[in-house]
Amino acid sequence: MRKLATNMPTKIADKNHPTNNRIAHESAVKHVTGRAQYIDDIPEWPNQLHVATGQSIYAHANIVSIDLDDVRNAEGVVDVILQKDIPGCADISPVFEGDLLLAGNKTHYIGQPVFAVAATSLEAAKRAVKRVKIKYEELPPLLNPLEALRQQDFVLPTHQIVKGDAEKALAASRHRLNVDMHIRGQEHFYLEGQISAAVPTEDGGVHVFASSQHPAEVQKLVAAVLNLPINYVHAEVRRMGGAFGGKESQAAALSCMAAVFAHRTKRPVKYRMPRQDDMVQTGKRHDFYNHYEVGFDNEGIIQSAIISLAGMCGCTADLSDGIVDRAMFHADNAYYLKNAKITGYRCRTNTVSNTAFRGFGGPKSMLTTEAVMDDIARKLRKDPLDIRKINLYSDTQNETPYGQIIEQNIFLELIEKLEDSSRYRERRKALGIFNNEHKWIKKGLALTPVKFGISFTSKHLNQAGALIHIYTDGSIHVNHGGTEMGQGLYTKVSQIVARALGVNIERVMSSATRTDKVPNASPTAASAGTDMNGMAALDAVNNIKQGLIKFAASHYNVEKKYISIHSDKLWLGKEAINFSEFIKLAYMNRIPLWSSGFYRTPKIGYDRKSGKGKPFYYFANGAAVSEVVVDVLTGEYRTTQVDILQDVGNSLNPAVDIGQIEGGFVQGMGWLTTEELMWDNKGKIMSNSPANYKIPTSADIPEKFNVALFDRANNEETVYLSKAVGEPPLMLGISVWCALRDACSSIANYAFSPPLGAPATPEQVYLAIKSAQNYMQEAAG
Amino acid sequence: MPIFPVNQEKRKLYAMGHSTALKTCLNGQDFAVFCHHYSNPYFRGGFVQFVLNEKCVNETCLPADLTLLRYLREHQHHCATKEGCASGDCGACTVLLGSLHDHDGTISIVYQSVNTCITPVAVAHGKHVVTLEHLGSKGALHPAQQAMVDYHGSQCGFCTPGFVMSLAGLYHSLETKADRNTVCQSISGNLCRCTGYRPIVDAGLAMHSYPKADKLYTNYTLSTLKNISSSEQSTKGYWQPASLTALNTALRIQPGAKLIAGGTDLVLEVTQSYQSFNALIDVSNVKEMKLIEKRGDMLVLGAALTYSELETELESLFPELCKLLLRLGSPQIRHRGTLGGNIGNASPIGDMPPILLSMDAEVEIGASNSEPRTVKLNDFYLDYKKTVLKTNDYIISIRFPLQNLKDFHRFYKISKRVEDDISSVMGAIRLRTAKGKITEVRIAFGGVAATPVRVVNAENALTGENIHSRTAIDKAIKLVRAELKPLSDVRASAEYRREMAGNIVLKCWLEMQGEDITDLTYEGFVHYA
Repeated sequence: MRKLATNMPTKIADKNHPTNNRIAHESAVKHVTGRAQYIDDIPEWPNQLHVATGQSIYAHANIVSIDLDDVRNAEGVVDVILQKDIPGCADISPVFEGDLLLAGNKTHYIGQPVFAVAATSLEAAKRAVKRVKIKYEELPPLLNPLEALRQQDFVLPTHQIVKGDAEKALAASRHRLNVDMHIRGQEHFYLEGQISAAVPTEDGGVHVFASSQHPAEVQKLVAAVLNLPINYVHAEVRRMGGAFGGKESQAAALSCMAAVFAHRTKRPVKYRMPRQDDMVQTGKRHDFYNHYEVGFDNEGIIQSAIISLAGMCGCTADLSDGIVDRAMFHADNAYYLKNAKITGYRCRTNTVSNTAFRGFGGPKSMLTTEAVMDDIARKLRKDPLDIRKINLYSDTQNETPYGQIIEQNIFLELIEKLEDSSRYRERRKALGIFNNEHKWIKKGLALTPVKFGISFTSKHLNQAGALIHIYTDGSIHVNHGGTEMGQGLYTKVSQIVARALGVNIERVMSSATRTDKVPNASPTAASAGTDMNGMAALDAVNNIKQGLIKFAASHYNVEKKYISIHSDKLWLGKEAINFSEFIKLAYMNRIPLWSSGFYRTPKIGYDRKSGKGKPFYYFANGAAVSEVVVDVLTGEYRTTQVDILQDVGNSLNPAVDIGQIEGGFVQGMGWLTTEELMWDNKGKIMSNSPANYKIPTSADIPEKFNVALFDRANNEETVYLSKAVGEPPLMLGISVWCALRDACSSIANYAFSPPLGAPATPEQVYLAIKSAQNYMQEAAG
Repeated sequence: MPIFPVNQEKRKLYAMGHSTALKTCLNGQDFAVFCHHYSNPYFRGGFVQFVLNEKCVNETCLPADLTLLRYLREHQHHCATKEGCASGDCGACTVLLGSLHDHDGTISIVYQSVNTCITPVAVAHGKHVVTLEHLGSKGALHPAQQAMVDYHGSQCGFCTPGFVMSLAGLYHSLETKADRNTVCQSISGNLCRCTGYRPIVDAGLAMHSYPKADKLYTNYTLSTLKNISSSEQSTKGYWQPASLTALNTALRIQPGAKLIAGGTDLVLEVTQSYQSFNALIDVSNVKEMKLIEKRGDMLVLGAALTYSELETELESLFPELCKLLLRLGSPQIRHRGTLGGNIGNASPIGDMPPILLSMDAEVEIGASNSEPRTVKLNDFYLDYKKTVLKTNDYIISIRFPLQNLKDFHRFYKISKRVEDDISSVMGAIRLRTAKGKITEVRIAFGGVAATPVRVVNAENALTGENIHSRTAIDKAIKLVRAELKPLSDVRASAEYRREMAGNIVLKCWLEMQGEDITDLTYEGFVHYA
């Protein structure tokens, strides 16, 4: 560089001050103007091809023969492939094996891709695949996870966590109860469906544009299917139109498919799944069948819990090992279990392989645990909140079933604060009066807590990298291995960089996540995106900053302790130099203005053999109070008020955090109310479109929707002592389900806990009302 | 032929607004309202002319079944408009469609939100298409945009363009701040999976407090649209006849053509099943089908009236219908979907058929080669998705005795989700009473049989009974449950449907007794302890 750039103009306002950090999402203006570019918005290359797949119509079948002639001859078709045409490895499993890019001679679920077509338009490709003639030999499908459990047909071995002697303690308990629950799964319904584009490179590799939470895995798998070294492939993710776990492992298939065609045809290829294909061909949150046997004393304190959790994994393992593990880790939720035996089963079914979804198994056990709290309360005729409170972890009763000690114990304080702010007791009283006065509508109220462990339970994934450049005009470029799916990661990391460097945030700009900038990155998942990538960015900033301070000390001949960078300036005691000027000076003096950064999460480790250890660096906590009103004649209902108090440590950006809390809550509420995944008896998914799978609308959220942040720093050394916020609030939605059950229980004067399906659709609520009415009739007669 | 040209006086009546018109109607005077925009008798898919944001576009060789969404994204590279579902369910593809509107001689442009994914591009002919690219294009963001930024209304951003368009549509339809229900209504056809909606609703509430936005059109837009409207073409492809005569001509020239009104169902065959339609005849501008008229004792409703036109025109005459309409589809769907489409589609889960069955409605059927005939709606449905309509038949209007509106009537829609969901069970009940006795009853359901049905046994059982007789109503409920043989499907089980059919009868009876039956599914319900 011969002539240096002019200084980058920046505003005076200091938005990095911790009290002034509610900045908008870095793409907010781009979102509202439509300038934010998603993969489908990239202008098409002139010779671009589009992909569609031919899908199995049986849940389990041998493929006897395939006649693709009519497909090949269809208008616009350029290439047609079967599994054998994949140049490298057809298995694209993230962890184990069995996830095939294209089925071979056997199919394992309805919708499984059997062959794929690349054509000049999506419509041509879709019309072409219909012309195939496939002869199948039907095999008996396994569709019910309970049947798989009976047959011990698992995709992965069973795991168990044991604390104390659960059987003995159960037998010795004053009271016992059994709960069987089927909790349905959930469709991600990210608004941007799965998509990827692949462009061949001059080296014979490909550049893939992915909508993936895990570009490094996309890169690795694309290289594997093409039988190329990893460095022939670049994966790039600027943003996703929502992901929620659905694009953690299963987005890779689209990149791989596009890459195979790009490789074969030497043309750019786009593979976009229309919504219905997405809902049929990609995995969902697991259905779970839970069985609990719980013993408790006269006070309602749990003495023992024997818990079986059976996850419906679908036809392959995908990420189910970690998902069922996390269900096991969260079976305690916020409650101390003296004795516990928790068993997790990974049931195989001939359905699409289920995958990560916000909460990653955690919500599945937690819901049953909360249902148990209500059951204990009904049995002892107490307020469920009191039962919850006496069972909470405390400073002395702080060991989880897997042996981790709860070090930051804030549950009681947090819950009591919310109990006060939401006027729980007052409303509980008023609600009792209301229910006595109203025959045809009933109200329900519930407060439920969430304790959620933060870290990947696979230890090696807890590492992250970042890359930071300062250019000679003082502008700063940030890149890291984390991906932006709407959660505000890029915003938060930019804030961290500006704050750590002491400069205005206007200087900082993030660029797309790319495998050729930060390699081998972990998925953006487990709520750990900011914790990990923020720390890696902080490390990079510190590297640069150290060099700059050292240089300033020698250049200006001032002791280091008098030198600092803040308020967008370099300070030498009371003298200040404009940051851009100083950067130019550093450049002219050959000081490095860029650095990588790295982070590995400390203190963690879980021994799967013994079922003991510290899988989580820390816990993020919260609680919600929900109030509902139910129509006794139809089971229809409304949620009328929600109050939430969530522990996010020292918030890096309260606006972003509150967005995560509200959005997570509503998603959790949807999972437990209107969103009903259903398969028919042939294994075909019936809820295959937004016309029959209903996520919440704005009319489903209450006007009184109060969200507050629990003001407490993380006691672990996370980035600026903040806490993760992505997943935990989803489980606050459990309060709505418990409130609905509370309303149904009111019909039985709270003497009976009616079973309630999950999701609690109006039909399920009606059934619960009926069972409460039946209970009263039996009691009367 | 029921052609009622709008005379000057009636035009004036329309301009006065529906309330005056309907008051006149209730006073027993004849009236006729045409919910009819300026339009030419035909034009083809091969020629489409409209204003896209600021510029006039002329297209000469577009396929008849090309959607407006694909046109915007693929032909114009206007990629702000997103495809989320291609089935009219998520609203990510929402744009505003502006039509010329005559208000007391002042011509302006009135906008409606539509789902471009299921709207044929030809529908835009003669209209102003406003996409997100248009808003805030002159520097400052539009208030709907700025409020969405300030209230943190976007996260992943993919649904955001649709929300901004719906909010902008609301913004320009109101002078002052909307209340919360109105904001929620305006975005009830937009799905967001990230935010939980609270910040979006807040943005909608706040947008009117920002500096006022310019109106969406210029004089250039206005004059261009006027010029398009007065030009006429007539050729094959996409037909848009303006009268029954023209419709019959089109049917004779294009015997294989599909009839399309709002297209909210038909276009799904294009976007979901990848079918092609080479020729479409769009009846949504046939003026005889856009009529709302009191004819003798009958209320006549044109088949091509959209739900939102019904909402506006029948607000005071038929409030129970309008209340139910708020839960039919979404604003985007109601701006396009038509009464006749819902009847003729013959889906057992349509919401209009049970209502109209309860009103003893008749269907006026036209055909290209014969005189119009009238069939009782009760005789209209033959079997699952089968009606008495033959090829080249079409529905001109639906009519029912105005007197029936004076009877006690209630409509109940039960679905998993309150907004924009298909009914598990839809029940419509009308009870006429005299001297403490029930003298006439209609009990009709959707979602419980292969067709929309009446339960005549139960109707008969109630006729002549005391209105307060619980025994009578229990008997009717039993008959309802015994007679109906619903199916189990993704929306509900057969057992729940049967139970609900009975409980709907009970609910209606309880309401008639004056019991406090709060309907939780309608906006505005607030009960705090």
